[in-house]
Amino acid sequence: MNGCGRAFVAVLRRDLVIGFRHRSELGNPVVFNIIVALLFIFALGNDPVILGRLAAAIIWVCAVLASTLSLERLFTPDYEDGTLEQLLLSAQPLPLLVAAKILAHWLLCGLPLVVAALLLGVLLYLPQPGYPPLLLTLLLGTPVFSLLGALLAALTVGLRGSGVLLALLILPLYIPVLIFAVAAVSDAVHGLSIAGQIYFLASLFVLALTLLPFATAATLRLRLG
Amino acid sequence: MNDPSGNALEIRALQCVRGDAVLFSGLDAAVNAGEILQIDGANGSGKTSLLRILSGLARPESGDVLWHGRSVFALGPEYHMHLHYVGHGNAIKLDLTVWENLQFMRDLGVVPGPDLEEVLARLRLRAHRHVPARRLSAGQRRRLALARLLVSPSMLWILDEPFTSLDADGRALVAELVGRHCRDGGMTAVATHQPLAPASAIPTHGINLS
Repeated sequence: MNGCGRAFVAVLRRDLVIGFRHRSELGNPVVFNIIVALLFIFALGNDPVILGRLAAAIIWVCAVLASTLSLERLFTPDYEDGTLEQLLLSAQPLPLLVAAKILAHWLLCGLPLVVAALLLGVLLYLPQPGYPPLLLTLLLGTPVFSLLGALLAALTVGLRGSGVLLALLILPLYIPVLIFAVAAVSDAVHGLSIAGQIYFLASLFVLALTLLPFATAATLRLRLG
Repeated sequence: MNDPSGNALEIRALQCVRGDAVLFSGLDAAVNAGEILQIDGANGSGKTSLLRILSGLARPESGDVLWHGRSVFALGPEYHMHLHYVGHGNAIKLDLTVWENLQFMRDLGVVPGPDLEEVLARLRLRAHRHVPARRLSAGQRRRLALARLLVSPSMLWILDEPFTSLDADGRALVAELVGRHCRDGGMTAVATHQPLAPASAIPTHGINLS
């Protein structure tokens, strides 16, 4: 493996190992996600017709809210102990190292939300045809959340009270993903084609994947300079 | 390499401003292979700021830092591959063991250096190999931070108060490491109040910021 690949794997493995050594912290967004969904069930009543119609929207809003919780931890620990300076001074390209951190973040925080969403589908009486598009939109949408979140986490790293600020800044940016993802699931339930929404989400994902690691790297250099 | 000045690392008319205060201005210096640049000054006089500018992390208000005649801010990673920076923060992960921290430092480096076992022995951390860094003392954490100097070779060492928390034994070790590095043709920029290598006759340039 060349230097770039070795550094990418090193950052990815390090963040995953540290994540697994804080297992309790790791589970918090998922638990939050499930509790918010349960609040909806208590508020709306356990009516299969009403819940089934709202299931896609509830699941997606819960995923959006839960995914903002973990963003602050993306760069702050590395900023505080000086590791971020070392990453900036690495001879390897910074966007690559940032991409490794984002991938680790998605594996630790995004993927569990995808699994939890399928469980919530059962609780919320999501109609059977809704599951494949729900899974697909979450697999395309949650990486966009991690990539966008990384940019804003880099922008607010080192600020006091950055957690709430980060949530306020990031939530509006999630709206396009939310609109197209929920539309895809409810269209599928009604037997309509969802190709348009899926292509849109896929293009958002590719756009985010190609641009945001570079933007995040540049933002980190500015913030620490 | 195009090198009109003939100096490996050169500071030209450097000015650093923090808020409204000018920390230093019109700073000139040069370091060559085998030499030490020792930066002294009162607390808050800008030692860390100067080292961060030297490493290319921060940009000066005006002036430039040249590596073999080219601005380090334009060189980027091409310059970073020649330097190691040990700052105020130890940049070690407290959740990882000593060994895992060393592996990470090595994997980020360009050229793998000596065996990690050898590094552990030189820093006297061998007995703590599988201990999480959280359970190390402050001095042992500082030793682990300094390990990045050894896990992969590099030309320029930039050290910010390397003696912090170290015992007499550790301070002697740092002085010995820097001495050997410079005798082998490396160079070191260091912010410290203590004389680094008194008897070893390494050419030392001094900057006093206060």
